[in-house]
Formats: sequence, structure tokens, C-alpha cells
Amino acid sequence: MSDPATTGRLDVRKTYKLFVGGAFPRSESGRSYQVHSKGGDLLAYAARASRKDLRDAVKAARGAFAGWSGATAYNRGQVLYRVAEMMEGRAAEFADEVASAEGLRRARADAVVSAAIDRWVWYAGWSDKVAQVAGAANPVAGPYFNFSVPEPTGVVVTLAPQESSLLGLVSVLAPVIVSGNTVVVIASEQRPLPSIVLAEVLATSDVPGGVVNILTGTTAELAPVAAGHMDVNAIDLTGAPAADRAALERAATGNLKRVLAARDREQWTDTPTLRRLMATLEIKTVWHPAGI
Amino acid sequence: MGSGKSGKKNTPAGVADVGVVAEGVVDTDGAAWEYAPAPESRDIVTIAPEYGLFINGEFRPSAAGRTFATINPATGEPLAKVAEAGPADIDHAVAAARAAYENAWGPMPGSERAKYLFRIARVLQERSREFAVLESIDNGKPIRESRDVDIPLAAAHFFYYAGWADKLDHAGLGPAPRPLGVAAQVIPWNFPLLMAAWKLAPALAAGNTCVLKPAETTPLTALLLAEVCQQVGLPSGVVSVLTGAGETGAALVTHPDVDKIAFTGSTEVGKQIAASAAGTPKKLTLELGGKAANIVFDDAPVEQAVEGIVNGIFFNQGHVCCAGSRLLVQESVAEAVVDRLKHRLQTLRVGDPLDKNTDVGAINSRQQLDKITELTAAGEAEGAERWSPPCRLPDTGFWFPPTVFTGVSQSHRIAREEIFGPVLSVLTFRTPDEAVAKANNTPYGLSAGIWTDKGSRILWMAQRMRAGVVWANTYNRFDPTSPFGGYKESGYGREGGRHGLAAYVDV
Repeated sequence: MSDPATTGRLDVRKTYKLFVGGAFPRSESGRSYQVHSKGGDLLAYAARASRKDLRDAVKAARGAFAGWSGATAYNRGQVLYRVAEMMEGRAAEFADEVASAEGLRRARADAVVSAAIDRWVWYAGWSDKVAQVAGAANPVAGPYFNFSVPEPTGVVVTLAPQESSLLGLVSVLAPVIVSGNTVVVIASEQRPLPSIVLAEVLATSDVPGGVVNILTGTTAELAPVAAGHMDVNAIDLTGAPAADRAALERAATGNLKRVLAARDREQWTDTPTLRRLMATLEIKTVWHPAGI
Repeated sequence: MGSGKSGKKNTPAGVADVGVVAEGVVDTDGAAWEYAPAPESRDIVTIAPEYGLFINGEFRPSAAGRTFATINPATGEPLAKVAEAGPADIDHAVAAARAAYENAWGPMPGSERAKYLFRIARVLQERSREFAVLESIDNGKPIRESRDVDIPLAAAHFFYYAGWADKLDHAGLGPAPRPLGVAAQVIPWNFPLLMAAWKLAPALAAGNTCVLKPAETTPLTALLLAEVCQQVGLPSGVVSVLTGAGETGAALVTHPDVDKIAFTGSTEVGKQIAASAAGTPKKLTLELGGKAANIVFDDAPVEQAVEGIVNGIFFNQGHVCCAGSRLLVQESVAEAVVDRLKHRLQTLRVGDPLDKNTDVGAINSRQQLDKITELTAAGEAEGAERWSPPCRLPDTGFWFPPTVFTGVSQSHRIAREEIFGPVLSVLTFRTPDEAVAKANNTPYGLSAGIWTDKGSRILWMAQRMRAGVVWANTYNRFDPTSPFGGYKESGYGREGGRHGLAAYVDV
């Protein structure tokens, strides 16, 4: 933070807010919490989202689902690629955020940001290929044309990784939305600021409002509400507190959410597999008689 | 797969199908022809007075000595006493499955596993009539369906997945697919042998070992399948069959040494199983209930659509999770379609499951009959109009006539709850958008039917159905190569095809 005594100018600090339905509201609860750097300095106040904010975000995600899942795969791929373009332009800002959030040296933070940008590019390319990998033409024993296609499961709540505030976040977010799902992300509780900068990128990247919604706040407070929400189709428990995982899985059975279970020690720098992309897909099989 | 039903021509009253021998005459309002009974012989099947559990390659009584009766739903008479598996038996079977997984089935080359599965498929074909008769006796379904659908499809499933056993590396599921271990598989009573095949074939192909729990009202064909496993020389413990009711199933799926749970049954029980598996490393797939919309547009060929409606809801007495239990018919043709449907239903033959003329057999159990009776009473109480064709039901056993409700609204219980019986709820719509909204207005998402002559509308509708299987201008078709399973509260995971393998491998 620049010192006015040496620069002659007082810097303009950012207010970090939620990202819901394409807008940046504060929490309806009026609550906020302090965010500290890895070294313990106060970085900013973040909004502390409430249960009501979560429900509003789910509603926004549901509202965006028809349009986003109905967009062509080519279109979704371009939108995701556009996110990478926008991030590239703000790479320095992301590096600053990641460095202070995660306590990384600058060179390491730069590498993390580059990897996060490349991850968008990798997933962008999957948009119009996953149906060819996950779909099928099925040779049934009868006069029928029969094919299977993957479709997005619907509204997904993602508990973002607690440690990796940007690369981890992108690594769990991109595979969910590339196929047409819409998402409510509950950001890393202690390291939420990169997620809000990402929200600012998403807001200027042709991602329709409501496709991605990002909440900052207390994971343990919001996660059970998400797991029990009857209009959420899937939940990714990656960032769930270890002690809460079983209870969250149990709560998710109320409407049989698809659950992506938490795995310990995920290496976000590794090349991804298709596990995350496949976890929020449904397979639909269509039959039609063949005849004259 | 109601091929038999669709194959039967909807003949106008007074015009006989070529080859049909009519004993009597059709009365003027189109009631059923009189046919001489044509019963399938029971001689091919020997039902033992008592059956044990099949554990570690041999039949044995349950450790606690408990038994229960399985009855013939068409007569209400007991068929046999069957052992009820308790905790000690489950421990024994799971331990045998673990040992077989580690020592025999797991290390075995896929090409050898394949040959065992091909053998099972072949013996099912060889003994198909025996299985069909036994299935109809124990379940109550018409012999025409068990003979033409259940048993051939069960054999086909083993044949299909046998071929995958040595090709898993090429399935595109991941770089090094591995089996999960011991699978606990709990199946329902509506397609007893077929559901056993859907569970066992992909699990075994992928190298897992299995403990199968058939439904308490229909254990006999699973036990005959166990005998087939012995006959083909399947190593001991690779497949065990534990008979019992819900308590046995619950104890099996919560056993700590189970790696994988596969369940087909009600959404209510599916949620309980999912909750019991929460926080454990067990993998879970669920194939649960449904409340499918069968949607008929005004340009649909009415005769074909009516056959599809009949096949959709009266196939297997409506004991089908993907049954087309909500008929959504476009308002402009609703009256004509319902009239034609009622006319057609007067020719449905309800009665002896072993009679080859029978279209609709017995309700599987007293409990299920009570549920159907209760829900249809609610349909009347809530104001829907009830109709059944005139038909004589047998005096003993469990029976329910084909029933159609018209004037049904979306809020009625018969439009929301799975009845699992021969009961159709008719609703109407005006626009395609309204059809989509009504079809998807359910927590279930297993299947849907679309009837229209317009190709672009079929594809438009198919894209918008939030359901795992969409039948367009057909209904209730099944095939081992075709993935089957639900969206939303109809469960998760797929059975059939390449996708069905994914439920049984770790990648």
C-alpha cells in the first residue's frame, strides 16, 4: 500500500463484495469480516454472506441455467476463453492478490496465475468435445436409432478449496460451467479476495449474469444450507471442513444431490483429469424407431 | 420391453386378426374376445419346498435359522420357504466375496472372466423357458413378458458385458481402470432376474465380486441364477445371493467391508441408503422411482400412440420405474385419444400370468395392492374421474384392473406420486412449452415419452426433458447397450452400455 507521504497520493482501496446474478451486492445481512494476509496484516473486509444470500444466489443460478445450458458449446467455449483473455490482462493484479493471500513470493504467484489462466484455456476447449467423449451411439438389438448425450446436471454449489485461492478455485469452477451448469461458489474463507477479483473478470467476459455466483463468508455456516437446498442439483465438497464432510453428504441426500466428495491433498498444479467435468454431467439416452 | 404388446394389432371390433382363433364373438361395445385358455406348462420348473442362502458357492440355511415364505401372487398360495439372511450370514458372504476378489476374481485375466460371463449368458438361454415360468409364478407377470422380455434381456446383458471384461482399458473411462472390490447389490421385485443381470454382469465384467440381495417377494429366479453360477463353475464367493427383506438389505449395504453399493428400488429407500453411506468411501449408484410423462401431440398417429400409451403404463402391471404414468395429451386431440385408449383397454386381458394370452398379470404383493388401492382412492377423492374397462378379476390372489384417471391436475397425488401399478393419470396441455413445463414438474427424472410426426419437435422436446431416457414414438424399450438411469431424485449412475461400466470401476 503506497504511502501518501512518499507518493503524494492516497490510493483508492477496493471494496470486496459478493457476486450474485451478475451484480456486486453486499451481504443482505450487512455483515463483513476481516481478511488477513498470510503474514497477518489486515488486507480488507469481505462480505460475510448469509443463508439468504445463498438462497438468492441459487435462485440467480437457476434463472441462468436455461440460457447457459441452451447456448451452443462453441459459444460457451468462446466465453470461457474470453475469461482467460481478461485474466491475462489483469495478471499483475491477480498475482498481487495471490501473493498476499497465500504468502507466495512474486515469481511463484506469477506462476500460479499463469496456471490458472491456462486452466481456463484447457477447459474452454472441452466445451464442444466432451459430448463426443462422454456420449455414444448405442447399437441396440432392434430397429431403433439410439444415442446418449451428456447434459449439465443443473445448479451446482462448489465449496472452493481453502488453500489455493485462485488456481484451486479456477480448477473447480471451470469444469462445472463449461458443460452448461450454473454455479454458486463459496470462496475460500480465509483467502477470499482473489475470488472477487475473478468475479470482476467474469462480469466483463460475456459470462451471462447468474451463471457464476460467488459468496464470501463462513464455509461452515453456508455449506449446510447449500447441502440441504432442494433446488441445488449437485455439491462439490472440496473445500468442506473435514469434520463436516459426513454431515454435508448426509444433508445432500435430501434431494439426492450429486456429491463430489472431498479428496485430501489435491495437487492443483497437476494436469486435470476429466473427473470434475464428468461429475456434474447427466447421461440422457434417446430412442427413436427406424423405419419407413 | 413390451414388444409383445406393441406387436398386437389394435383390431377394430368385429374384425379378427388373421390367425387368431376366437372362441366366442365380440360384443357390440368392443369387449374382449373369448379365448380358450392357453396355459404355459409348469412342468419345466421344480420348486423346492425350501431354499437356503447361496454363500461361498454353496447353499446353506441362515445362521439364525430364520425363514420366510414366497407366495404366488396370482393365487396367494405359498410357493416355498426361503432363508432370511441375518448379520452372521452377511459377514460370511462379504468375507467370501472379499476372499474371492483378492484371490480368484481380481487377479484373473479379463479374458477368463469374460468366458465365465459368456457361459452364464448361454445357460440362461438354454434354460430360458424354465426361468420364464418360474419368474411368472413368483412375480405374477404374464408369461409373454417374462418369456419375451425379462429372460432374453437378462441373457443379453451377460453376453454384452462379458465382452467388456477384457476390453476395459479401451472403454475410455480412464487410463488404468480398476475394480472397486466387493459390491453389495439390492434389487427390486418388478424384474427380478433382469435386475440381477443388470447388477451382476457389469460388476463381474469389471472384476468386482458381488453379494446380491433379491426382493423378498421374488427370490426364486435369483436362487436359480445362483445354481447357474455353480453350474458354470464360477469360483466360490464371486457371487453370493442373500435372501431377505429390508432389514437384510440395510445390514448388507451398511457392512463396513463393502466397497460399492448398487440399489434399484424406491426413492425413499434410496435416500436412506445414500444417507447411510454418507461419510464413507463407498461408491453408490441408485436407480429409483419415476413419474414419467408420456406426451402426445396433435399430429401423432393416434393408433401408434395408443399402443405406446398402453405399453407405457400397463406393461408389467405398471410395476415399472420408468412407466409412462402421466399421459400428457394435447388438448385438441385429448378426447379422441382418450376414447381410442378406452376402446383399446377393453381388449386387454387380465388374468392367469401363465396363460399365453394374458396381457396384464397379478399385482406382486398384498402390500403393493394396498398402495395402489390407497392412491387410486385418493385420486377419486381429489376429484379426478376414474374409469376401468369391464373385466373379471380372479377370485384369489392380488389383482387390480387397468385404470385411467381423466381430469387430473398437477396437484393431485396421482399426478405427483409413483403408484407403481396399472393406473394412468391423464393431463392435457396446449403448447409445447406447457408440455415441457408439466413433464418436468416432478422431483423425479427417469424417463419421458414423445409422440409426434414432426422430427424437429422430437429433438426439441428430447433436449428439454430432464430425464435420463427419452423414448420418441416408442416406449419401454430396453437394451444392454443402452444406458439407463435417472436425473434428479430418480437416482444417479447409469446401467447398460459403456456408461454402465463406469459404476464399477475406479479410475
